[in-house]
Amino acid sequence: MKEQVAVPPAEFRSYYGRQILKTPAWNWMIAAYLFLGGLSAGSAMLGAGADLTGRPTLRKVSRVGALVSILGSLYFLVADLGRPERFHHMLRVAKPSSPMSMGTWILSAYGPGAGLAGVAELMPNRLRRNWIGRLVWWLARPAGLWAAATAPGVASYTAVLLSHTAVPAWHEAHPYLPFVFTGSAAASGGGLGMMLVPVGEAGPARRMAVAGAALEVAASRAMEPRLGLVAEAYTTGRAHRLRQWSEVLTVGGAVGTVVGGRRRAVLVASGLALLAGSALQRFGVFEAGVASTQNPKYVVVPQRERLTAESAANR
Amino acid sequence: MSGNSFYGPLADPAGDAGYDERHPPRVGFFTDTSVCIGCKACEVACKEWNEVPDDGFDLLGMSFDNTGELGANSWRHVAFVEQPGGRSGVGEDLKAPVDLGMPELKQAVADVVGERPDFRWLMSSDVCKHCTHAGCLDVCPTGALFRTEFSTVVVQQDICNGCGYCVSACPYGVIERREGDGRAWKCTMCYDRLHDGLEPACAKACPTDSIQFGPLDELRERAALRVEQLHERGVTEARLYGHDPNDGVGGDGAFFLLLDEPEVYGLPPDPVVPTRDAGAMWRYAGLAASALVGIAVSAFVGRR
Amino acid sequence: MGSNMAEAHPVGFQWVMEAKARGTQVVHIDPRFTRTSAVADRHVPLRAGSDIAFLGGVINYILSNELDFREYVTAYTNASFLVDESFRDTEDLDGLFSGYDDATASYDPTSWHYESTTPVGDGAGDKERAAPDQHGSGGAPIEGAQDIPADPTLQHPRCVYQVLKRHYARYTPEMVERVCGVPAASFLQIAKAWAENSGRERTAALVYSVGWTQHSVGAQYIRAGSIIQLLLGNIGRPGGGILALRGHASIQGSTDVPTLFNLLPGYLAMPTAGDATLADYLDQITSQNQKGFWHNADAYMVSLLKEYWGDAATADNDYCFDYLPRINGDHGTYRTVMDMVDGKVFGYFLLGQNPAVGSAHGRLQRLGMANLDWLVVRDLVEIESASFWKDGPEVETGEITPETCRTEVFLFPAASHVEKAGSFTQTQRMLQWREQAVEPPGDARSELWFFYHLGRILREKLAYSIDARDRPLLDLSWDYALDGDEPSGEDVLRRISGVDLTTGRAVDNYLDLKADGSTMSGCWIYSGVYADEVNQAARRTPRTEQAHDDDWGWTWPMNRRILYNRASADPQGRPWSERKKLVWWDEAQGEWTGHDVPDFERKKSPDYRPPEGAVGVEALRGDDPFIMQADGKAWLFAPNGVLDGPLPTHYEPHESPVRNPLYVQQGNPARKVYGRQDNPSNPSPPEAHGEVFPFVFTAARLTEHHTAGGMSRQLAYLSELQPGLFVEVSPELASVRGLVHMDWAHVVTSRTAVDARVFVTERLRPLHIDDHVVHQIWMPYHFGNKGLVDGDVVNDLLGVVADPNVLIQESKVATCDIQPGRRPRGPALLDYVAAYRSRAGITTKTGTNLDTTGPSTDHDEETP
Repeated sequence: MKEQVAVPPAEFRSYYGRQILKTPAWNWMIAAYLFLGGLSAGSAMLGAGADLTGRPTLRKVSRVGALVSILGSLYFLVADLGRPERFHHMLRVAKPSSPMSMGTWILSAYGPGAGLAGVAELMPNRLRRNWIGRLVWWLARPAGLWAAATAPGVASYTAVLLSHTAVPAWHEAHPYLPFVFTGSAAASGGGLGMMLVPVGEAGPARRMAVAGAALEVAASRAMEPRLGLVAEAYTTGRAHRLRQWSEVLTVGGAVGTVVGGRRRAVLVASGLALLAGSALQRFGVFEAGVASTQNPKYVVVPQRERLTAESAANR
Repeated sequence: MSGNSFYGPLADPAGDAGYDERHPPRVGFFTDTSVCIGCKACEVACKEWNEVPDDGFDLLGMSFDNTGELGANSWRHVAFVEQPGGRSGVGEDLKAPVDLGMPELKQAVADVVGERPDFRWLMSSDVCKHCTHAGCLDVCPTGALFRTEFSTVVVQQDICNGCGYCVSACPYGVIERREGDGRAWKCTMCYDRLHDGLEPACAKACPTDSIQFGPLDELRERAALRVEQLHERGVTEARLYGHDPNDGVGGDGAFFLLLDEPEVYGLPPDPVVPTRDAGAMWRYAGLAASALVGIAVSAFVGRR
Repeated sequence: MGSNMAEAHPVGFQWVMEAKARGTQVVHIDPRFTRTSAVADRHVPLRAGSDIAFLGGVINYILSNELDFREYVTAYTNASFLVDESFRDTEDLDGLFSGYDDATASYDPTSWHYESTTPVGDGAGDKERAAPDQHGSGGAPIEGAQDIPADPTLQHPRCVYQVLKRHYARYTPEMVERVCGVPAASFLQIAKAWAENSGRERTAALVYSVGWTQHSVGAQYIRAGSIIQLLLGNIGRPGGGILALRGHASIQGSTDVPTLFNLLPGYLAMPTAGDATLADYLDQITSQNQKGFWHNADAYMVSLLKEYWGDAATADNDYCFDYLPRINGDHGTYRTVMDMVDGKVFGYFLLGQNPAVGSAHGRLQRLGMANLDWLVVRDLVEIESASFWKDGPEVETGEITPETCRTEVFLFPAASHVEKAGSFTQTQRMLQWREQAVEPPGDARSELWFFYHLGRILREKLAYSIDARDRPLLDLSWDYALDGDEPSGEDVLRRISGVDLTTGRAVDNYLDLKADGSTMSGCWIYSGVYADEVNQAARRTPRTEQAHDDDWGWTWPMNRRILYNRASADPQGRPWSERKKLVWWDEAQGEWTGHDVPDFERKKSPDYRPPEGAVGVEALRGDDPFIMQADGKAWLFAPNGVLDGPLPTHYEPHESPVRNPLYVQQGNPARKVYGRQDNPSNPSPPEAHGEVFPFVFTAARLTEHHTAGGMSRQLAYLSELQPGLFVEVSPELASVRGLVHMDWAHVVTSRTAVDARVFVTERLRPLHIDDHVVHQIWMPYHFGNKGLVDGDVVNDLLGVVADPNVLIQESKVATCDIQPGRRPRGPALLDYVAAYRSRAGITTKTGTNLDTTGPSTDHDEETP
């Protein structure tokens, strides 16, 4: 019987060193969408809570923030299509096996809610006086609550979107990415909120931001030693740089949020840092995925190991 | 849907996809690379029949392979690997040297360099695997990709909006978006020819019958016999790839007889359809979503 | 050997793979490991140009170990015949045979004859006309071919068997290793396997292609292979024989019905100056006392003349024999191009031919074409041979200036093979009819259309001429059936097959042809393809519906699939073995029968013995299977018909880095050299400075392109498969010259330098030859400057030197240098190559001193 090699072999065979998988067809716009989608979700939840606890400025900022970021993310989603004019084809099917299909319907559910709540906040006063305006205003709370109810789906499904592929860095990280993304959604939503409201209303935003940042960083750190060889895609090269900066900004922003007291300037800076950190986190994960498709070792080595272990176990 | 719709052996993918019992038997390719002469008639026949655009005129220097890989504009790809000798055994040698398929330069040596019986030139025509559990098909959000009545996987070009998700979901790196066109393209197993009872263009053109087409279970039987025959003749490195319904994609509709490990040909050793872990992924997402709810709620509890 | 069948004939190669699946062993012997080698059971690398040494080794092995199929050899070959006393072998003359004339660099074959016969033909004149070309269907003539003195015990020192033994005694396994670079042990395994797989119960087939023919000793390569197959009893037997793979589609047809200067259809000789009458001519090509069907050449010739001139050809005017042109020397393609350079040729038709890329010495071709009055090119696209005057390499070097180039080029679009109906004659002598699938686009027209109407218009213009010179054109029988304005291919085929003019019916086969003007046939070997007024070439009975392959297409002659298949039965007419039976004598029916059309008179019994004084067919015994040969036997030793020796002998190629290890005589002493200023040769031993071009150069095809690339470099789907010119070198040579994979390098000869990307591969190996390490390089020759992908013309590297028997160029082996980096461009290229020539001390005399056994003449010529 052959002795099993526990350490991944440094050498492996390939076809002229060429990649086996295709580099993802998506570009930076998808990473941008991930960020904006999470920001929107976090803002929507913050806005609903603000609505229910009587914090009107926070409510307004969050609802508008949710609207603007969801519009931005929809733009990026459509623009990254090979045939943007056919975006509506996504509505032909609802496939549980496709996170993108599920995401289409999650966004379809969330969007109108966030949209209505945001529009309600943005309505000019003269419009509020007619019957449409009053209707919209009346619907704003249920819409906002509905958005908040569906927001966790928006924030977390994107992790499944990435993981449900053959991309090694994304697929292997599937237990962790949802926590990274939801943490990041909370951090960015809270960061935006605390930037734009008076200190008096900023409390929930600050608490959400710090908790989100902690979850984001903890999950991000936790996954590195547990991914085997594919961790290298996260810890080397461009992906590594992006994630390092993300962590610095997110932690820095969180610290600033905690110790900022009532200094508006510190809170604004911290909010910006959290937003930037959240964005860089998404870009970092995206880059790691791309990198993991471009070197065949990420496919060959783990799969070859698995086969060897299986054939040993079968003796 | 049956319990094995996403993963594991599935005898009738077309039935599972909703066709009634009158659908034709599953068909596929058995590519016996031990008789491939590397003529590339398959590449040309495919392009002629399917009007696939050319893929660029680049001398790649990878032996006689100037196609490089499967993609939107290459639906058959003949791989060439020159092996100077010392080939690996049947799949168990972890310490095999890095083989980039190219020999290294050596010092000029005035040795008698005569016949080398262990020199091999492997040739193999790669194609879309038409997996039993196809990652591309599973993730397609528009329904453009569908399972045909022949159990093959085809992209409907009037529906595809180029979202590119299938590109990342394929564990073999086959399907790709076509530049300038935006949509995803891949081998259709000549769906139009199948409708008229003809075999795909590549199988028709292959002069040595390296590419064999027919009902999949017949091909699997034939392949098993062929491997046995080769083993009896001392070709012990012959092995099948993609034939096993218990593998990570439920077995391929296009499977191969290889003379070395799959990665030598640019194939993944143990591909798994991403959908296998779908359940786990959504569970983790649910947990993370709950955590987010928890964070949001706790942010408002308390007074400040 | 000498073939890369999988790459050059991939569709035909499927049958080799079928055979392999049934247990056949496939051995590939080639300088390079190719796609054929990849699926062969065994690849043996050998030095390009050394095949005769290898084959000689096999002959020696067979004879030394008495492994020949003795009954076959004794009964069916000339092994027992006694050679004339005056014959001297290479063993006696340092590598020459007796009869060599230094002044003409040719042999007088008188001393090669059998004890009792005399030769026909004249050595030097035969060389000029490449006379052996004319033995494509019938054997060489000898006088007095009955009752040749023989020793059936094969012991007499002058019997052919013993002559053979003596000649090949020095071709030992050790010598094979020295000359070819094949380890003796490997060689012995091959020889043993070959011999063991032959005999009564088993047969071995030999396949060759242009890797064998394109040498200055090309004809002798094939002779050597034939000798082995005869000694082992493989000729005329199923699964045996020699399969000559031809170079491209229907080229077999273009030698059968030729446009070659020295041949008429059916391998009848072109008349020479001095053949005043038909009788004189017939005297030259046959001898009165020989056996066999070639004796009836008069019927074939007269029938041909009747097809040409119809009613105008009568017995009184010698059937218009005088209308035929006469040749008086070498008018082969290379000589003709040189004549163009020298201003002696004014017009040129190129029909689906691209010599600017596809012929040896591309520069000479283009410079020749630049010195014409007019050039007509008919092709599918504008090939390099039509555009050389404006964008060829010589424009860049300044040797041709578009404004002043005097050649007027007429480019006509040609119909492709799917746009016209006609026949292809392929490598196995099979004619297959092709239907027209689509109309040709625009003005594209078929060859038949073009030449029919060209002839018609010329005849119209000359209609009122009273000049006797115009009679041959005006008296032509030009009344082919037309389909609209398209001549009917079927009508042409019918006239080629032959018609009995008295009945107006198609003849059955060449036995029906007469010498009295009552029959016509455009090509006697094709006679029968239209028998029964049926286009036999169009038959398509699938193999699932017939036991053998007789009903698919039509093979010449007479639909016989295996030539000389009488030899598949023993002298008594019984198959050598049940397993290998093909045709046999049926005593009850009184005729030959079997799985093939018997290549023998159907009713002639095996124990027929000719009466005294019989000639021709009548003189063939019942056990003379080789019915076209003058003595009815296969020739191990060739008393006539080959200009460079009765026995194949290893000579080094014209350009070689090594001294001939076997003899003092270096190269083929009778090879055709053209020692001109514009046709320099690299020096070879014993000449000095060979180290300037130290490497062996060889070139061949890739599956993805077609010959000179005119048909493939225009197509995206093919061009992308092989988009660039590359040069294959071994890792060792790469090290020696500092070459890096995929970088640019250039290959240099005394003719020019060409650029290519480097491919470092172990499929090429350095070989140990004598005390040298010999490096070989390889390039594909498909590239030119037009099309979707381009590259330098590899044929520009080669000079012109030819096999004397058939004037085929030696393009499979030469010497060269290779250097990293790109070559100089423009006029600087000329200076660069001139510097190489200067360092190598090259003059017009280099390579022209053919007899190296002693002081001798330089065969250079004055270039006017």
